[in-house]
Amino acid sequence: MDLGRSTRSQVLRALRVAFPYTVPILAGFEFLGITYGIYMHTEGFSFVYPMLMALVIFGGSLEFVVVDMLLSPFAPVSALLVALAVQARHLFYGLAMLDRYKGTGWMKPYLIFGMCDETFSIVYSTEVPEGVDRRWFMFWITLLNQFYWVSGATIGGLAGSLITFDTEGISFVMTALFVVIFVDQLLKEKVHWSAVIGGAASVACLALFGADGFTIPAMVCMVAALTLSRPRLEPQLLVDEDPDKVEVTPQ
Amino acid sequence: MTVTQQVITIAVCALGTMATRFVPFLVFGERPVPRYVTYLGKALPSATFAMLVVYCLRNVTFLSGTHGAPELIACAVTAVLHVWKRNMFLSIVGGAACYMLLIRLVF
Repeated sequence: MDLGRSTRSQVLRALRVAFPYTVPILAGFEFLGITYGIYMHTEGFSFVYPMLMALVIFGGSLEFVVVDMLLSPFAPVSALLVALAVQARHLFYGLAMLDRYKGTGWMKPYLIFGMCDETFSIVYSTEVPEGVDRRWFMFWITLLNQFYWVSGATIGGLAGSLITFDTEGISFVMTALFVVIFVDQLLKEKVHWSAVIGGAASVACLALFGADGFTIPAMVCMVAALTLSRPRLEPQLLVDEDPDKVEVTPQ
Repeated sequence: MTVTQQVITIAVCALGTMATRFVPFLVFGERPVPRYVTYLGKALPSATFAMLVVYCLRNVTFLSGTHGAPELIACAVTAVLHVWKRNMFLSIVGGAACYMLLIRLVF
């Protein structure tokens, strides 16, 4: 694919179409980002820290944990293990996006770099309208979301102590976003087995392993359960698809 | 910690994050993807979205305090609004507004 052929108007059209999808994330990330910046500010860090960490790590929950690490004795190996554990769920996003990120040319490394929970959820679940360049749509979603997070973290780090209005609970927009995407997925699919497995494994592992360590056991349970149910589920997933996308490969 | 040690800590965390995002593409990017992996790529998102909802609620204390009532009510309101109107923005704003009201006025 030749990205050089995208005209200026195609690029701008993709931006206009992409922006409304990011508005809930604008609200959520500005708030969480500012909170994070304020947190680092109160722990005595310059605004450069939240700004650069938002830019290079770009993973909200881990960044809060890193503040603790920076205040503790130097332990790079354990830092790496914590980072891998907190972020392990991204492995699943990559598996789901293998096909869609094909042919995205120079954008691909950035699309993968910027694939946070929110960006993955929108890019995966949105049907891009007819006539809109899908690659630019994905690019703008990724870039806008990262811009919201980095600007929020920077504002919080700079002006942290000045912000005093009552915003408690506004971060619930992130939870609501995932509820909406989950409901959309349920409405779209014919079989809900995977959703049931995901919900049950997550709740059970949360109860067993606690808030800080439940995602990896839950992911292992999900892969195991989906592998065991593959003979029954795989044909149904193919039926679920757009009819002209189905490849009939008798094997 | 010295500044160098801080830079290394931040770099290591960035590296860990990037590893989890890039590994599937580095492993399967240029080769034909095995059918099992394609299957997982199709089957996992529903389970993953369920996990993300639980992940957002992971620090809610269900056994004491408000027993997670404001969170669960606001999630239900979000879901009902969405099934009813199918408007992403409305559902999210409605759910978050409901949560902010509940924690101020009721719980």
